[in-house]
This record gives sequence, C-alpha cells and structure tokens, in this order.
Amino acid sequence: MSGAQDDRLNVHGLTLAFGTRVILRELSFSVRRGSIFAIMGGSGCGKSTVLRAIIGLLRPAAGTILVDGEDYWAATEAHRTEISRRFGVLFQNGALWTSMTVAENVVLPLQMFTQLDSASIDALARLKLSLVGLGAAGERMPSELSGGMRKRAGLARALALDPDILLFDEPSAGLDPITSKRLDDLILELRDGLGATIVVVSHELPSLFAICDDGVFLDAETRTAIAHGSPGALREGCDHPTVRAFMTRARPEQLTAMEDPHGRR
Amino acid sequence: MVLHLTGDWIAQETGLRDAATVQRVIAEAGGAARLRFETGELGRWDSALVAFLHALRRAGAATAEPAMELDDTGLPEAARRLLALAAEAGPSAATPAAPNGDPLLTRVGRRSIANWAGAVAAVALIGETVLRSLAALLGRRVWTRGVDVLQSMREAGAGALGIVAIVNALVGGILAFVGAVQLRRFGAEIFVADLVGIAMVREMAVMMTAIVLAGRTGGAYAAQLATMQGNEEIDALKALGIPVFDYLVLPRIIALVAMLPLLYLYACVVGLLGGLVVSASVLDLTTTAYIEETRRAIAGTQFALGLAKSVAFGALVALAGCHIGLRAGRSAADVGRAATSAVVAGIIGVIALDAVFAVCANALGI
Ligand SMILES: Nc1ncnc2c1ncn2[C@@H]1O[C@H](COP(=O)(O)OP(=O)(O)OP(=O)(O)O)[C@@H](O)[C@H]1O
Ligand SMILES: [Mg+2]
Repeated sequence: MSGAQDDRLNVHGLTLAFGTRVILRELSFSVRRGSIFAIMGGSGCGKSTVLRAIIGLLRPAAGTILVDGEDYWAATEAHRTEISRRFGVLFQNGALWTSMTVAENVVLPLQMFTQLDSASIDALARLKLSLVGLGAAGERMPSELSGGMRKRAGLARALALDPDILLFDEPSAGLDPITSKRLDDLILELRDGLGATIVVVSHELPSLFAICDDGVFLDAETRTAIAHGSPGALREGCDHPTVRAFMTRARPEQLTAMEDPHGRR
Repeated sequence: MVLHLTGDWIAQETGLRDAATVQRVIAEAGGAARLRFETGELGRWDSALVAFLHALRRAGAATAEPAMELDDTGLPEAARRLLALAAEAGPSAATPAAPNGDPLLTRVGRRSIANWAGAVAAVALIGETVLRSLAALLGRRVWTRGVDVLQSMREAGAGALGIVAIVNALVGGILAFVGAVQLRRFGAEIFVADLVGIAMVREMAVMMTAIVLAGRTGGAYAAQLATMQGNEEIDALKALGIPVFDYLVLPRIIALVAMLPLLYLYACVVGLLGGLVVSASVLDLTTTAYIEETRRAIAGTQFALGLAKSVAFGALVALAGCHIGLRAGRSAADVGRAATSAVVAGIIGVIALDAVFAVCANALGI
C-alpha cells in the first residue's frame, strides 16, 4: 500500500441508491496514480453506477469520493465541473451524440475546451480515431456504425482531451479478440506513455488478467465490495466462492459441489 | 409423497398449470417433507413442465409448513438441469417492487411534491435563461456554439415558411369571408379591410404562427432532448463538463425568439393577402381601395404589440419544449409523452399568454 498522496481516486464509505433502492453500501477503494484498476462483479451489481457517482451523474447517498485529495461531491458545481475535466469517460453504450458525425463527436470537446485552430483540432481528432482503428469512419453517423465501432468511437471521444484519469465502462465488450487485444495494448500505452490512471469495468477475463494491476470486486447479494486486489491475485488467492467462480468461469454451486462431494443442497 | 406426472406438458398446446393446481398439490402433500416424482408415463414436455416444477418449489418453500423439499431425482435429466438454472436467479431478482397500493393521502402528497418540484424546475429554467442571456450580453463566456444557433434557426424559421403561409392565408381568407357576409348587410363592405387588418396584425398572425411552432418545433425540441436523455447523450455532455443549458437549451431559445418575430411579419403579409384575395372575389371592392383602407386601419402600435407577443410566445414555446424534454424519462414511451405534453403546454400557454396581453393592452389603451 502506498501513501494517500499517491491516490488519484479515493472512495470511502460510499452508499449509492436510486430513490429508496440501495444499490451499493459502504464501498471503499482507492486507485493509485498510474494503475489500471478493475471494477469487477456480476451483471447488475452496480459497476456502472459507481462510475456514474465518480463522474458526477449520481450524488451518493453517503460517503465521500476524493479526486486528487479533493472531496468531489462537497465541491461547488462549478468546481466539480473543473474536476470532471480531468476525466475521460467511455459509457457502457458509447453514448455518442447521434446528431453529429463520429469525427464531430471527437471534435466537440476539443472545440469547447481548447483554443486550437480548426486544422489542429481536425488533426487531433483524426489521430484519436486512428488510435481506436476508426480512421476511415470519421464521416459516418453513429447510427451507421456497428456496436463495437460505436464503443471504439466513444473511446476516441473519451481520449479527445488527453485526460489523465480514464474511466472505461466495458471497453472490450462486443469486440473481436484481435481488436480487443489492440485495445488492451492501447490502454497499456496510455498508462505507460501518457501516465494516465485508468479505471476499467470489465468482464473479459483475459484482458483483466493482462492489463489490470489492482481492482475491487462488487457483489450484488451483499451489495458491497467482497474482495480487493488485482484480478490475477484474486484468481490465485481469494477464497470467496463468488470471486473464485467469476475468475474461473464456473457457477458458484458447481464450485462448492466440487469441493464438497456430499453437497448440502 | 410421490407425484405422478403423466401426459404431455407443452405450453403452446396444453397450457400452463395455474397457481390453484400448485396449491392443491401442496395441500394434498399435507406437510410431507419431501416430494418425489414418478415420470414413467410422462409424454413430451417443454417449459410448461419446468414452470410448474419451479412454481411448486417456490410455493413449497414459502407456503407449506414445514417447508417442503423437492426430490428431483425422478425427473428427466434435462428438466432437472433447467430447474437448477432457474433456481439461481437469486435474491437480487426478488427485490420487492415499489408497492402501488399506497393510501390516497400518500399518493396525493407524492403527486403534489412532484408537481411542486416541476414548477420549481420550470421557474429555475426561466431564471437561468435570463441569467445566461445577460451573461452573454455582458460578454461572459457562454458555451453556446454559433453553428447550433444557426442550425436551429434554419429548422425553426426557414423550415416553417410553408406551413405558416398556408395557415395564415387561410385564416385571413376566413376572416374576410365572415366579415364580408356580415358587413354587407350594413353596406359597410369596405370595413372588411379594417377587420382583417386589425385581427391579423394584433391577434391572429402571431397566435397562429406560435401555435404552428408549438406543434412543429416545441414538440421536436422535447422529443430531441428526451431522446438524448435516453441515449445517455446528455450524461456524456455533463461528464465532459459542457453545460447542458448553454449547449442545448440556449441555442433553441435564441432561435425561436429570433425567428418568431420574423415569421410573424411574414404571416401578417400572407394573412392580409389572403383577406385581400377573398374580399376582391366576393365583394365589389377594388384592390386599391382595400389596400388603402388596410393602411389606414393598422397603426404602428398594432405591429409593436404583435412583435412583443411574438417574442414572448417564442420564448414560451422553446422553454416549454426544452423543460419538458429535459425532465422526461428514458424510455421510448417517455419520448412520446414528452412531445405530446410539450405541444399541449405550448398551445395552452400561447393562448393563455395572449389573453394576458389582451387584458394589459386594454388597460394601457393600446
Ligand atoms: N436509473 C436507474 N433507476 C433505478 N435503478 C437502476 C437505474 N440504473 C440502474 N439501476 C439498478 O442498479 C443496479 C446496478 O446497475 P448497473 O448498471 O450499475 O449494473 P452493472 O454492474 O453495470 O451491470 P452490467 O455489468 O450488466 O452493466 C441494477 O440492479 C439496476 O437495476
Ligand atoms: Mg454496467
């Protein structure tokens, strides 16, 4: 464990709820500078919801989120917006602006937040699109893209402003193994080359093991984190049946049945 | 206790066993701790059988006293596996839905709070409009893009020329016709020009144009913003720190506030022309006399009143559309509802505001 100085994100005692329906409670984890942090857990356990709280779309019912040591939700709205500029966000469904072309989607943040001339903005946007393998699709509308392409376009938009905290919701879902591998390489490159800190929500075990060096495992039943650590370490050393099942791609009761031949069901 | 399962269990053909059957089985089991199955005579089966077993197990665990367990060894292998899968839905799926049988008072209270919140949000939006417009006028940084304003202007203004022309020409013509029939009885045909001129310039042109835009543009605004809401496009803007108001709402308000006065003037011309054509054909009037009489009848103040109204109506229609769109839910049905209520709110708002203008103009003696 390194000192709190090195934490870019620090989530403490976080409780998230939609109305009266509590999704997660008492969640704590911290993301070190320069790490690739995995948020894992079964479908519907609240991974995307955690991201929404971090990027300012859902006010937590309790708990704090520190971004570089500043209390995010205690800040004024204007200051929160300032802090959000450090984030690059990929939404689970891409969330592209459907009335603009793919290239315009990447251009808009640059137009809004930089003083660059339009030629440089275009060049930057083309670069980001080529990074995700969409160099040729810039003039298409989002509705003309496949699901995986939309995801990659969303990724290019998240990278537009070169933010140093990247939050990706299932970046490789719906991608073929080759593109998925390219994306893993891109994520590693962003961390090693640009020094970004990256939080990924992912179910893709190979990519989790390949790139993530820290993480947290959420559980829908207990509604909180049941394990902390990198996916690799969790696979080797975690005893919790749900985590074991997730990491070895088994059904939990099969696992208990394997260990305990006289299953108690 | 052994349950004999016989015959075919095909959902499409034999239907599902209902809850009463399940309860009867439980009752007949009479507190037996285990229920076994005998399937020697079981015919073809599909989900119907699995659904029955699933219901039986849930009822056995919940209602039987003591809880009854199913011994699935007698079942076909495939049915057993499906049943095991169905069991894993787990407790998260069984999260209780919000109760809908609240007492009347609770529902009234909840509805009032929601309405109050809606009203507060509407006022907040108006306030924000004023503040941001002032900021823009004072040269502060506003995140509105010129291209968006121009785009909205083209859609709301140029795109509406056709329908505004048709509606207002017809209204002018109808006024002339009604006036002609009545005024001819008094031999005052020439005053048809006054009637059409004053009615169009003061009331009808601006009101008709605003109603057309409420249906055409206000509804579209609500639908656009509600769809963006559903696609998380608005969330993406917020996450980037682009102010939703400046980027989405302000261009639309500016467009309508700028375009409605222009459309109003255009509507006046078309409406007066419509009146002229009808009068010239049903009455014994020369075109010159008609135009001369119209010019005498309508003064500059009438136009000023109409222009003032058009600015107010433009702001109202745009605000209603944007407000309703931004507060809409995230489903397809919500988009439809948002569009409908934006149109309704726009039309009612325009007519009500027109009445307020009429009273004020009367008090001021305009
Ligand atoms: N707007 C909402 N209102 C009410 N409940 C919601 C809303 N959005 C999500 N939920 C609930 O919150 C829980 C967590 O949702 P979330 O989208 O965070 O899951 P997730 O972990 O990202 O799942 P997945 O891996 O399938 O994307 C779910 O049970 C879902 O039903
Ligand atoms: Mg999700």
